[in-house]
Amino acid sequence: MELFSVFLQYKSYFLIGIQYTLLLAAIGVLCGFILGLVVALVRMSPWAWLRFIGHAWVEFLRGTPMLVQLLIIHYGFATAFDINFSAMQSGAITLSLNSSAYLAEIFRAGIQGVDRGQGEAARSLGMTQGMSMRFIIIPQAIKSVLPAIGNEFVTIIKESSIVSFIGVTELMFQSGRVSGLTYDGMTPYLIVAIIYFILTFTLSRILGVFERKLKASDHS
Amino acid sequence: MITVKGLHKKFGQLHILKGIDLEISKGEVVVVIGPSGSGKSTLLRCLNLLEEPSGGEITFEGESITTKGYNINRTREKMGMVFQQFNLFPHKKVIDNITLAPIRVKKLEKAKAEARAMELLRTVGLEEKRDAYPSQLSGGQKQRIAIARALAMEPHVMLFDEPTSALDPEMVGEVLDVMKKLAQKGMTMVIVTHEMGFAREVGDRILFMDQGVLLEQGTPEQVFGAPKHLRTREFLSKVL
Repeated sequence: MELFSVFLQYKSYFLIGIQYTLLLAAIGVLCGFILGLVVALVRMSPWAWLRFIGHAWVEFLRGTPMLVQLLIIHYGFATAFDINFSAMQSGAITLSLNSSAYLAEIFRAGIQGVDRGQGEAARSLGMTQGMSMRFIIIPQAIKSVLPAIGNEFVTIIKESSIVSFIGVTELMFQSGRVSGLTYDGMTPYLIVAIIYFILTFTLSRILGVFERKLKASDHS
Repeated sequence: MITVKGLHKKFGQLHILKGIDLEISKGEVVVVIGPSGSGKSTLLRCLNLLEEPSGGEITFEGESITTKGYNINRTREKMGMVFQQFNLFPHKKVIDNITLAPIRVKKLEKAKAEARAMELLRTVGLEEKRDAYPSQLSGGQKQRIAIARALAMEPHVMLFDEPTSALDPEMVGEVLDVMKKLAQKGMTMVIVTHEMGFAREVGDRILFMDQGVLLEQGTPEQVFGAPKHLRTREFLSKVL
């Protein structure tokens, strides 16, 4: 088994790659989650100029390639503003920003999907708009969009391969290295494809179980 | 207690309320009846500004709440509202549904809020449902909890928006009983309903609305016994 022997021989390379890929994806989802929630609220603000900023944020990040965003943050910021991020920092920032746009849209749909009567009941009890969002609307919205957030997590794992471009030692980059070392243009990439698949497949299985549990305990 | 002057409400081209004048005194139980689409619910929802009036003035306890920039939140604390669809918070237990607003809005201590909530649960006869989630309750139970939730803010007036319309027939009675008790205790109430028997029994005053106009009002005896308007007579003959 060619695959197996190459994997075993360069195991440390792949393990480092897995670590970085998972770290990047976790940071991307976590920061993207918080940022995305803020952007979603900004997009529904009563002030038109704020809504515009939120809208522009989402459209720009979704309408341009992530590779371009990565290069602007990594090289552009260094050149233009003398802000130097490490490759890892640039990668994490790019993934967070990028996923914030997609998560913002998920949250917005979730918030708008909560029954109007919920907000009305909260307001009728004297709660402010902010309290109603915080205690009533957002908890219900997040619960209903958890599956979609899980899918975004899977997407980020795959998209994080782009940050190999600036030299972050995640899976993609590491497999390129192994390919260089072995003069083998096929096996290392096959290995990495299998690893990516195992990661995403396992994650979506776990999310599936989680989702069913959530449904079983559904109180709504 | 509540004064409404020249109230108008438009939804785009639709003119729902066409100049309503109304006075509600403390301790009064006012029941609003009328055909669907007559603007009853809209009128009720304008009273606590869940719908923003398009014109006219509403004053509550001497303050004009329709003045631009008025902080309605403080007023809403004093106006409890019960909805047709209950609108309990599905992600919270019964007890938390009731104590949430007192704790967060009135800054009541948790222990005090819970003691008061238990008292209210006793009044509506649902003490044992303290830790249940709304999905585990029947429609009638949900509505009784919703009433308890509104009462927990110690409101000066209670607004009921067709509280029994979404209930199975056998559950209507339990909700009306709770409302009846509330009326006997002297609570000021404004009730939009299709339950004519209840309106007649509990109402101090009946308002009949049709096509956005307050067509007729009076004691139950006057409105049900000797309606003046043709439309009122037509309506009553269909529903009684």
